[in-house]
Amino acid sequence: MSGLRVIKPGPLSLVQDGGRRGWQHLGVSPAGPLDWHAAAWANRLLDNPWGTPLLEIALGYVELESQLDTWLALTGAEVAPTLDERPLPRWSRFAVRAGQRLRLGYARSGQRAYLAVAGGFWAPPALGSVSTQLREGLGGLSGQGEALRAGDLLPCLPARFERALSVPWAYQPDYRAAPLLRVIGGGDAPRFEAEQLQAFFARTWQLSPQSDRMGARLLGEALRAPARQWSQGVARGAIQVPADGQPIILQADHQTMGGYPILGWLHPLDQSRLAQCPPRHPLRFSPVGLADAQAELREFYRFFGRT
Amino acid sequence: MIRLEPAGAEALLLVLAEQPDAQLPQRIALLAERIRAELGDGLTDLVPGWTSLLLHYDLTRTDHLQLTERLTPLLERWLAEPLAVPAGRLHEIPIWYAGADLAEVARRCRLSVEQVIELHSASEYRVGAIGFAPGFAYLGELHERLVLPRRATPRTAVPAGSLAIAERQTAVYPQRSPGGWHLLGLCPWRLFDVGREPPCPLALGDRVRFVAIDEQAFRAAGGPL
Repeated sequence: MSGLRVIKPGPLSLVQDGGRRGWQHLGVSPAGPLDWHAAAWANRLLDNPWGTPLLEIALGYVELESQLDTWLALTGAEVAPTLDERPLPRWSRFAVRAGQRLRLGYARSGQRAYLAVAGGFWAPPALGSVSTQLREGLGGLSGQGEALRAGDLLPCLPARFERALSVPWAYQPDYRAAPLLRVIGGGDAPRFEAEQLQAFFARTWQLSPQSDRMGARLLGEALRAPARQWSQGVARGAIQVPADGQPIILQADHQTMGGYPILGWLHPLDQSRLAQCPPRHPLRFSPVGLADAQAELREFYRFFGRT
Repeated sequence: MIRLEPAGAEALLLVLAEQPDAQLPQRIALLAERIRAELGDGLTDLVPGWTSLLLHYDLTRTDHLQLTERLTPLLERWLAEPLAVPAGRLHEIPIWYAGADLAEVARRCRLSVEQVIELHSASEYRVGAIGFAPGFAYLGELHERLVLPRRATPRTAVPAGSLAIAERQTAVYPQRSPGGWHLLGLCPWRLFDVGREPPCPLALGDRVRFVAIDEQAFRAAGGPL
């Protein structure tokens, strides 16, 4: 099979699809893109269905050479993309011809870029998904959970579109702004002291450099959390408060069970926004109702054709 | 009293008991099976915990309100049933008791190394939960003479196949991973393999016995160096 040859893999470039569903009861993490919003746009620009395998590129620094004529789309972090030295427009689809080189620079705004190809990149599914989970050794081009390496081939097919297309300006987020992230209440929130909950929403937190695809760690004045409970299943977006009082927000590669008290869950659409924040970025939180969050999420899924 | 609580926008937590008991894991497994059969189309993942079951649902097909309505009669039936549950399959897992912490565990428990091995391999354990990592089965209950808190500083890498203990639990790490438990030995088997169906031989409520083997038997069974 033909495809895109990896000249420079970047620090952490991972094949992701719609996530690994149906195996959490055996301890298998769902994985999937950290930023569903940018990933969904990249696929939509190419008329790919929701969850078509694409590349999540942390921080940029990627160089690929195409072996065929096809179309690509790039969204998410601003990485100064060029095709044979010519700058490409942001959040757009574009044609590549055999022999052309796509180069991505260092992410100037945002942390993760998403590169999709018409029809998707091919990889062998592991437990029904090609999403790369490094810790578990699942997914990716080899099926063994490895990040992209120099010399790899990203297999894909030729394709043709009539014209270029960009995401409307209004839908391209400004990743430089300090976000107000919305939190759905519940879990152990009633067992926290009222002042501690108020403090969580009143404070400005910082995103810790220790954050990874498993969890976004917050830095700030410690919260007092209620006592530990029996380990239970946990969902993406859960805001856990361990004994040190520094909250951890579970992300795509989260463990399936956890025992820390849960203060609430980050709105799923704001998990995407969080994924684009650099280390030390200021973060603030505000409450949102469950019904409102669900209505917005349903609309998002409908728009991107997730069924 | 069962509580049903939304867990974010796409999951519903069923809190089934306040404390775990010996039969609960199997009863939760049974409940999960039934829920999967009767209203599975809108559910993506059903994750049993020690006292709970988390239902991850597909918001394009259902939501917590619809699920709650459909679950109520099913949960009432489950609660009303007698406690008798099937015995669970028995697995006999070979272990070469040569873990890095064996001597220290013996010292801290005021036992000889032989006594630690004897006590650990004499008990029959039950799979109480599966989580933390693919195929990582929490087994209980450990003999009270072997109970130790987790290590103050977790190891950044525990070898695949490590048999370990912490608090009243024991487990085998299926993959190399970080870990804060005390290492007693090594299992030559692969306990999680995506090439097998099912990928994990242990299921909730199954019974486990550890059988002590020597280094030679460990190598013969395919144990890595």
